[in-house]
Order: sequence, then structure tokens, then C-alpha cells
Amino acid sequence: MAKSYGIEVDCANCANKMEEAAKATAGVKDCTVNFMTLKMNVTFEDGADELGVMKEVRRNCKKVEDDCEVYI
Amino acid sequence: MNKRQKKTLIRIIIAALLLVVIAVAEPYIEGTGPAYQAVPWAKTVLFVLYLIPYLVIGYDILKKAVKGIIHGQVMDENFLMAVATIGAMALGDYRESVAVMLFYQIGELFQSVAVGKSRRNIAALMDIRPDSANLVTTEDGKETVTSVDPGDVAPGSLIEVVPGEKIPIDGVVERGSSSIDTSALTGESVPRDIAAGDEVISGSINQSGVIYVRTTKAFGESTVSRILELVENASSQKSRSENFISKFARYYTPIVCISALVVAFIPPIVNVITGKDAMLAAFVYRALTFLVISCPCALVISIPLSFFAGIGGASRAGVLVKGSNYLEVLSKADTVILDKTGTLTRGVFEVVSIHKDDIGEDELLKYAAYAEQHSTHPISRSIVNAYGRDIDTSLITDVHEISGRGVEATVSGRKILAGNDKLMDDNGIEYTECPDGGTIVHIAIDGKYAGHIHIADVIKDSSAEAIRELRKMGVSRTIMLTGDSQEVAEKVAQNLAIDDYRAQLLPQDKVDAVESVLNDNSRGRGKVAFVGDGINDAPVLTRADVGIAMGALGSDAAIEAADVVLMDDDPIGIVKAIGIGRKCMRIVYENIWFAIGVKVICLILSALGIANMWVAIFADVGVMVIAVLNAIRTLHISRAGRLVTGHLQNQ
Repeated sequence: MAKSYGIEVDCANCANKMEEAAKATAGVKDCTVNFMTLKMNVTFEDGADELGVMKEVRRNCKKVEDDCEVYI
Repeated sequence: MNKRQKKTLIRIIIAALLLVVIAVAEPYIEGTGPAYQAVPWAKTVLFVLYLIPYLVIGYDILKKAVKGIIHGQVMDENFLMAVATIGAMALGDYRESVAVMLFYQIGELFQSVAVGKSRRNIAALMDIRPDSANLVTTEDGKETVTSVDPGDVAPGSLIEVVPGEKIPIDGVVERGSSSIDTSALTGESVPRDIAAGDEVISGSINQSGVIYVRTTKAFGESTVSRILELVENASSQKSRSENFISKFARYYTPIVCISALVVAFIPPIVNVITGKDAMLAAFVYRALTFLVISCPCALVISIPLSFFAGIGGASRAGVLVKGSNYLEVLSKADTVILDKTGTLTRGVFEVVSIHKDDIGEDELLKYAAYAEQHSTHPISRSIVNAYGRDIDTSLITDVHEISGRGVEATVSGRKILAGNDKLMDDNGIEYTECPDGGTIVHIAIDGKYAGHIHIADVIKDSSAEAIRELRKMGVSRTIMLTGDSQEVAEKVAQNLAIDDYRAQLLPQDKVDAVESVLNDNSRGRGKVAFVGDGINDAPVLTRADVGIAMGALGSDAAIEAADVVLMDDDPIGIVKAIGIGRKCMRIVYENIWFAIGVKVICLILSALGIANMWVAIFADVGVMVIAVLNAIRTLHISRAGRLVTGHLQNQ
């Protein structure tokens, strides 16, 4: 199951950091962050609680880049 | 500018004004002028005064630095800036401390605005998603038009597209004529004229007249959806340079911090041991300058930005690149393997010449066309097309298609054989070899040889130019792969001045051919690109260092397998793609060498005590601004790409 979320981030490197942080989150199978379109495409593990996982993704992203936002 | 950027700008202005006012007031407070009296506690008063602009401009950096330490992201640029400015404060260099923070924020604001602007540029150009479709429904012979969600339109529906609108779904024009602008899809700026019967792709903009389009696909399978999917999923693959930078940053910052400690404390300790004055403050100042200079922002910001802008610029030029690593591989391609049919040639056969024995040319073509009428083979279709007149099918009886040979049919009571030399051999008919070589259809009437038709796949107009341009760019080897016969391959290769060719390949042989080229190439640094039209060559696209599919928006397998997708089927696109890769990598390396070069020089100067904080600010913020400006140049590729094609058209 894959879903796309809007994000807010200022620099291309921060987007890369967010991508890594999201990938490392439990329940996320794969993730790509597109700096150009400000979108985060998340592929979830089977049976993952999407909302819960995304909240965790947002928390992890804020750890690496304070100035970012993930719109769930 | 967005809200946050405006807020930063206001903070910058306030802090700058405060800084100027305090700096002007400083001599009065310190009493350095002959006529003045020092204010009591002058140093403390100054510190408190300078602390105001410092906090106004730097509070968020300090906050981020603290948060970073809590979250284990210790060595980032916020940390470096916090340590350097707090250190400068501690040494009593209040003015420098505020200035460093101020210029750092100006640099950050500048890059954020520049990046936001270029992002909006690209996003606007890639804004091809249609909002609605005008569905035409007929009831009692009366047509009504309703605006619906494009996703709700079933294939085979009729939609109306008025001038100025985007065509929402792929289809065929049923009524009306117009010209359409496909530049958002292909980078081609000349509008295309369309009329009833023409295929149109979604995402093009209808320019002049109302057209009615019979949809052939659902919205999800239409070109627009495919492109958006590709673009939105791009850039997941990181290039080696990007990985290099993130690794670099990981080791670089700790090394710099340790060096700064060494600069700050080792010389004073040595001084103390040797009995000289320790000069601790001077060396700590040098160490702090060292920290400011070393901030890796210029690199960590500009390198990903170059790739992002490169991919964005490329998609404007009709070249979809799936990840920044492919831009890198493209730039290193020195061998280009091209599929023949559909890539270099149009993939459509045309009758080139007719060699008759003792009947008229027209008659020979007529019999051939009648015999081939029922076959769907591309060769048969080309003969029927070349004949071009109506065919009275009632005259055709007893049609037998003989696989790998040709067709046998009775036309107006005469027995016609149309096919290759094997068909003639099988029927014991003597035939004459065609002097032209290539694909030949022999025709025998009532067991007697009547002549042959020479058919060839037509080479695309720009193929020769594309090969020439590739060579000019330094692609040292071009190889053509084809399933066609030796003679055909040789002729095409000669015509286009291709270095090498492999003929009579089955699809699986193509993979072997590419692999053998890859093995030959493995010693060098050059990469192997494969270009195909996506039909039957998905495995080869995957196998090559970089697989380029052209005009492949119709084929799922090709989009899946390819690393780079050219939106139209013009071979010049290969030249564009490699050119874009080269330009992007050139800018990336320029930035790497420029930033590291300037920083290393300034670091040495500061360690020696020659450079002060102001030099450090240039080495940090100045270099970052220059690197960001340079990175944004990557965006303007499409114009260069168009120039190439424009230049070709003029010749």
C-alpha cells in the first residue's frame, strides 16, 4: 500500500534527510521524498496502521530537520 | 516569499539596524574617544546590548543546535554556528559574533528564496494535471456537455476540449481541427496541427479550435498520469556524488571540530611549556574562525540542488530521468547502443522500388496488394498502403498465409504467390536477386515469376544528425542492434555512419550483445547506454548501465525497465539527455572543487592567523550563495536542448 503526502521543507539536503528518517521508521517499507513537488511517497508494510506510522514518520523527520512539516 | 521567509527578513533588518546603532555607540560607551568618559561596567553594558541583536537573529539557530544535540545530530551547521558565535562572544568579539550570525541567516534566506523560486518554476511547468473533462452525452439526438472528474470518464467516451484547455485524456479526434501545444510533454515548441482522425495525447494544450475527442484510455493510463507518476517518483536513486557528500559531511564536521580544538589549545600549551606567553585568546579566536569557515552548507545544499534542478530542467526538455544517479551515468556514457527499428528508423515499412519482369509496375503492385490484403504483417500493410486504392475483396479467394514464407492467394482466378525467396524455392520458381538487398517480396503469377518489390524501414530524419552530434560530444562508440538481415543492417549503419552493428538478433540475443559490450567496457570508466523504443527490449533496458526508452509512454514494461524516458521518439533526445547529464555533473564538480578549494585555503589562512572572522564569513556564506546560484543554472537546460534542435532544423 503506497500513499502520497504533502510536505514542507526548505532545502534539498533536508529533503534527503527526511527520506532517510522516514525509511528508518517502523512500518515503512519504502519512501521517496520529492523535493520538486514537495511530496512524500510512502509504501507501508503489509497491515501497518498508516496514521500511526505517519505520525511516527513526522516525529522522526522533525528530529533530523526541525523546520519540516509532513501533512497527514 | 512565504511567511517564514518574511519573518526571517524582518529579523535580519531589525538585527542589522541594532548592530549598526550599537557599533556607532560603542566608542561612546567604551570612552575610547579623547573627550568621552567610559560608562561604568562598559564591557558588560556592551555585551548586554549586543546580546539583543544576537538573540533576535540567532535564537532559532541556538534552539536547533540544542535540539540537534538532544536528537543525536550533533555535528550539523547549526551546532558549528552556535559554537563559533558563543565562542566569539566569550572572547569579547561581540560585533563579529552578531555579524557571523546575521550573514549566516542572510545566506540561508537567500538560498531558501532562490530554491523556492526555482521549484515553483519547475512545478508550474510540470503542472499538466487536468482538473476536469467535458463529457459529451447524447440523448434523443441532443448533445449535452457536462464537466466531470477525468477519472470518471470511461474509455470510448466523447469529450469536448475548448481552446486554452488541456486535453485531459488520450484519444482520437473525432470532429474539429485545431493546433495543439505539446511543449509541456515533449519540449517541442512548435504547435502541432491536428484534425479528425489524429491521435492526441493528454497534457497537450488545445490552442485554436474546439475539438471533440473519442477517448482511447482511462485517465489513469493516459500520458498525463504516467508522466506525473514518473516525475513524482523520481530522484529516489541517489547519485554517487550525493552519497559522497553525505558521507563527506559525516566525517568532515568531526574532523573540523577536532582540528579546531587542536588549533585552540596545542599552540598555547606548547607556548607555556617553552616558557612563552600562552596567547590562549588569540588561538581560540583562530579556532572559531576555523569553525565558521568549515561549515559544509555550500556543499550539502548545492549538490542535491544541482541534481534536483537537473532532473527538473530535463523534464521540461521532454527527458524524464528516474534518479540523480542516472544523470551521472548519462554524463559518463561513451558507448551508445541503439536498437534499429523504432529508434533509428520509423518502424514503418515503405515500398522503396518495384522491379518487374514482364508486367506493368502498377499491375505487379496491384496483385501483391490483393494477395496481401488479409495479412496484418507490417510488410503486407506497407504494400497495401503503397497501392493506395480500394481493394475489391470479392476478387480474392483461397488465401493461405505461410508462416516465415509469405502469402498464397487466388486473385481474379489467377494464382498469386507473394513472399520471400524461400516461398519461391518451395514452389520451384526461379527468381532474380534484388541488387538493392534489403527486404524483398517476390511475386509469381500462375507459377511464373513476375518481379519483386523492395521494402525498407525508413530512417528517421534526425537519426544521422543525432549520431553525428553524439560523436561530437565524445561518445566514442555507437553500436546498432537489429533483428533484421545482415544487408539491411549494413546499409543502415553505413548511411548513419554508425561504428558497429549486430544483425539477425533475436530479443534474447540482444541482451547477450549488450553484455559483451559491457564486458569490453568494464575496464574503462565510460558507461554503456542502450536506447530502444521499449518494444521487446525491456530486459536490455535493465541490463545496460543506463536504459533509455524513447516515445515509450504507451508501454508499461518500458517505463518500468528504463532509467530515462524520452517523451517523443526523436533520436536527438539521446543527445539532449547526455548533454543534460554532462552539464549537471560539470556544475556539481565545479561546486565541489570551488567550495572545498576556497575553504581549504581559508582554513590554512585562519590556522596561521592571517584570516579573521570577516574572511570566514565570506568563506561560509559567500561560497554558499555562489554555489547555490551555480546549481540553479542546471535548470536552464531545456533552452540549450531546444537550441540543439532549432539549430538542426535550420540546416
